[in-house]
Amino acid sequence: MSEPTDLLNVQIDGIWYQFKKGTRVIEACAQAGKFVPHYCYHPKLSSPGNCRMCLIEMGMPKLGPDRKPALGPDGKPVISWIPRPQISCAQDIAEGMGVRTDSPLTRECRNGVMEFLLINHPLDCPICDQAGECQLQEYSVEFGTAGSRFLEEKVKKPKRVELGPRVTLDDERCILCSRCIRFMKEVAHDDVLGFASRGSHTYLTAHPGKLLDSNYSLNTVDICPVGALTSTDFRFKMRVWFLKETKSICTSCATGCNTIIGTRENVIYRQTPRENNAVNSDWMCDYGRLNFHYINSAERLKIPQVRDSQGLANVSWRSALAKAGEELKQYQKDGVAVVASAKMTNEELWLAKKLIDSLGTTYHDIVPRFGEADDLLMSADRNPNTLGAQLFGVTGEHPGAKLQEIAESIGSGEIKAVVALGEDLTQIGLTASQLKKLSTLIVVGILPNETTRSASVLLPACAFPEKRGTMINIKGRLQRLNRALQPPGEARDDWEIIRDLIQQLTGSNGIYLIEDVFKQIADTIPEMKGLSFSRIGDTGVQLVDETEEARAAAVTV
Amino acid sequence: MDIPAELETKIDEAITQYPVSKRSATLPLLHLIQEQLGYIDEAAIEWVAKKLGLEPINVLELVTFYPMIRREPAGKHHIRVCRTLSCAMAGSYELLDTFCKYARIDRQHNGHGTHLLKSEDGKYSIEFVECLASCGFGPVCMINDDFYEAVSQEEVPQLLEKYQ
Amino acid sequence: MASTTRTPHPREKRIIFKNIDRPGWTNDIECYLHDGGYEELKKAFTMKPEQIVNEVKASGLRGRGGAGFPCGVKWGFIKPGGSKPVYLICNADESEPGTFKDRYIIHQDPHQLLEGMIISCYAVNARLAYIYIRGEFPEGAKILEHALAEAKEQGFLGKNILGSGFDLEIYVFRGAGAYICGEETGLIESMEGKRPYPRIKPPYFPAVLGLYMCPTIVNNVETLCNVKHIVRIGGAEYAKMGKPNNTGTRLLCVSGDVQQPGYYEFEVGGITIGELINDICGGMKPGRTLKAVIPGGSSAKVLNAKDRYKIKAKQPDGTTVELEMGLEDIPIDFDTLAAAGSMAGSGGVIVMDDTRDMVWALNNINEFYAHESCGQCTPCREGSLWMKKITERMLHGGGVEQDTDTLKTVADNIAGRTICAFGEACAWPTQSFIDKFRDEFAATAGKKGSENGSTNH
Repeated sequence: MSEPTDLLNVQIDGIWYQFKKGTRVIEACAQAGKFVPHYCYHPKLSSPGNCRMCLIEMGMPKLGPDRKPALGPDGKPVISWIPRPQISCAQDIAEGMGVRTDSPLTRECRNGVMEFLLINHPLDCPICDQAGECQLQEYSVEFGTAGSRFLEEKVKKPKRVELGPRVTLDDERCILCSRCIRFMKEVAHDDVLGFASRGSHTYLTAHPGKLLDSNYSLNTVDICPVGALTSTDFRFKMRVWFLKETKSICTSCATGCNTIIGTRENVIYRQTPRENNAVNSDWMCDYGRLNFHYINSAERLKIPQVRDSQGLANVSWRSALAKAGEELKQYQKDGVAVVASAKMTNEELWLAKKLIDSLGTTYHDIVPRFGEADDLLMSADRNPNTLGAQLFGVTGEHPGAKLQEIAESIGSGEIKAVVALGEDLTQIGLTASQLKKLSTLIVVGILPNETTRSASVLLPACAFPEKRGTMINIKGRLQRLNRALQPPGEARDDWEIIRDLIQQLTGSNGIYLIEDVFKQIADTIPEMKGLSFSRIGDTGVQLVDETEEARAAAVTV
Repeated sequence: MDIPAELETKIDEAITQYPVSKRSATLPLLHLIQEQLGYIDEAAIEWVAKKLGLEPINVLELVTFYPMIRREPAGKHHIRVCRTLSCAMAGSYELLDTFCKYARIDRQHNGHGTHLLKSEDGKYSIEFVECLASCGFGPVCMINDDFYEAVSQEEVPQLLEKYQ
Repeated sequence: MASTTRTPHPREKRIIFKNIDRPGWTNDIECYLHDGGYEELKKAFTMKPEQIVNEVKASGLRGRGGAGFPCGVKWGFIKPGGSKPVYLICNADESEPGTFKDRYIIHQDPHQLLEGMIISCYAVNARLAYIYIRGEFPEGAKILEHALAEAKEQGFLGKNILGSGFDLEIYVFRGAGAYICGEETGLIESMEGKRPYPRIKPPYFPAVLGLYMCPTIVNNVETLCNVKHIVRIGGAEYAKMGKPNNTGTRLLCVSGDVQQPGYYEFEVGGITIGELINDICGGMKPGRTLKAVIPGGSSAKVLNAKDRYKIKAKQPDGTTVELEMGLEDIPIDFDTLAAAGSMAGSGGVIVMDDTRDMVWALNNINEFYAHESCGQCTPCREGSLWMKKITERMLHGGGVEQDTDTLKTVADNIAGRTICAFGEACAWPTQSFIDKFRDEFAATAGKKGSENGSTNH
């Protein structure tokens, strides 16, 4: 509970509320259930107050002769209303303030602003990507007028500007709210956009020598209230109202930005960031956002295969799993290695460790992926679940430390069997011919590569939007993936495949649902005690403090 | 970009007048460069940006906002005629037409825009600008930095004679 | 070419313009010093800064740039002893159509401005100050720079001025053709090297968050000159000139359809519109009658010569009476012109006679505002160009019946809804022209283009 002095009394549409000091007027209205339409305001950016859509009536307490607020019959201050409407996005509430969000004057203001925004706006709705999620459309219906009385020629501006490699701009649609400019300057720290010319001829542009090619450029498309900034990747691909929206997370690095996956008829069309102030605010990077086209690839592995004298042949799942079990049972302990992936979910990693334990081998690790971190969201660790892999003991304190040993032992012939879970072994320095020398190579994967081509048993699995599961990000936050797509053909969930492999080795293990897996984890791992799959929620749960010590301590199993 | 040493000295001096923020010197630098080189081109925009530690877009934003900053060279002599109310009442539209006639400037634009119009031989350019703040003595005009009040149509040829 | 011998009219009271067109006067410091210049500066340094502020408060001096905001109140917003430096900027961006006074101070009597400015800087403790001069005054900029150098040489600028312990540097900043730079926060943005977009208030009141987010005073050229004279005679004495709440003298700029347009200085409220036009400016041209007057620069609402005006006036005995008068009887002061439904604004009086087509006049004004709109906020950006397109169409034969009402309501949707007063400036002309001369606008519906007067072809 906050201290009483932190709360201020504000009257909104005749009712007195209390809000925390420092609340923006427009946010206070939202908290009171009174939505104030706006374009240029964004809670994560500075407020220029230029669109004028959020004009409301504002008042302050009338002061009596003693310079104190005069009180009315209800014991509350009498509001003296300012005749001139005020914007609500750039001012914080004050004690005794009054706000009218729905008076004749405010309606007149909104109608006026809508009319002004539309007089030079092109009638592009039939071809504009923003249709269906366009605030100009929405507010026009709610606050505008059905007909236009503009009889003049509209102002013409550049219509298809390649602002950067991933963003296409239509200057005629732009309402000059400056959100994109502010985002690039204040959040992406790449001051590359600006306004040129003057008055009604003002237009958005980048300098010809310096394009909008930041790794965060597509966030401007998200925050653009209209269809001026469009994603070149998504342009003209799909009407947004046809998209099924699934909440999930990005898996292109260890940050785990929260996302919404847009799909239709089992094809993924776009990803957009979802607000999570503990992880990614309202943003995500372009690389992660666009890293999904491979999922729709025609090359996806769809049918389990087993190697016979003539090569890999399609078989049933039952046959494939039986063959895999039969092959693995021939090897003991350090004759077999498990190369897992930190792109797998916690549930898959948990079961991978169970598989490792069943095989009794000490040869196991994940394949690390590192790149350069930026100052914003992109982590140097390009695997989304290194902490999970460490927490469950699939890898040690230094991910990848065991890989060289494993590679050498494969080369020397000590290791004759390998289970490759979602990784291409040429990444750890093995050649295709070395792989072919293995007696047993059980591969779980989604796309063909040298390892899948060398497999003795090939088991098709899921890409990240096809999975349900959890991952732990670089800051120790447990987040959930939800299934947005069904895997192609006969491909199955990785966790089920691994469970079935364990079953082949050790018999039934009573795991039927992914919730069962999660329960096992929660019962075993102290940091996850008391959690359940559903309790993780849409924005995740912080497992450990972000301190270095806490993180190091969490590594031990 | 080739900035003559003398100009660079003036530029460095100008920058010292804005000790709090170098960005303030953007417009002063644009003035200095345009005075010397006649207009601001791409190279100048990039040069000014680099000099002041700015992004080129920051400079482009100003260059395109202020009508006095030119993206292309003016004529050898640049004429500005005022178009705002009091001068218009005193005959500045007719004066513009007369200037164009004697300066041999062909106004292809329909109506009096405020664009930079040039004569074919490049000797003159003309601009129809907003209020030049001498409304009681209109119509007024400027030729280069020289200011003229109550300019009659008859005296246009002899005025232009001074600028050859 | 103008060869008007501009001698002051005997009825004028020339204080600020004392040296303008003065025979034998030159704009160098020697001439100024010889005439007793910079004595007020020396006197100012014998006073405490707060004393000077109090004198300005007592004088009742109102801003002469257009807004008419009490100067002493503005200065009073600067709290002494703050941690941030204070800046003072002289607004020499004179761009309001109809206004032509600061030009002459700058070109002919720059040291009066400098003296007033240095005194003002001392009063508000500004150690770094700028003169923002419009780009179209290149000669004026050179004159000011020369004058600053002269002043520095004499020890009126720089470190420890006249042994007072007060340091001050003043620099000239040249604009480049944007009327919006006359708006104080637009000016500040321009000075910071950004597009001159005016700031939202709250929170960016210049006295709190001005230049470089520090307390800043922006004052007009004429206002700063007045400060020198207030120091000279004292605030109370200054307040005896003019009328209560409308003190001092005012530079009036008359243009348009009068015989002798020009600049004239009178006590505020010391002359009526009729006296100004007929007695001072030689009256209308032969055979013509007065039709309309814009009394305070093109942003001010137009007044119809045929209207009767009901003005509430405070009598000396404290009672308020409502007087009815014609246009020509209206005294030129801040309060009366506001009561008449217009404003004193920048002091630019534009006179129009019966040959003037009001649609043509409004279209010319609308084109000005459409050009000068900075484009930051929706109503002004879209509305200013829309209004211009409508009047242009009305003028050139394409007017339809709805146009007049559309024009009026568009203007109504701009005024009061924008970031800065440019919204009112571009809306008031349209609102008032239609309000006072509706018939002319309505008559354009379905008609061919206007042949009246000069055409915007």
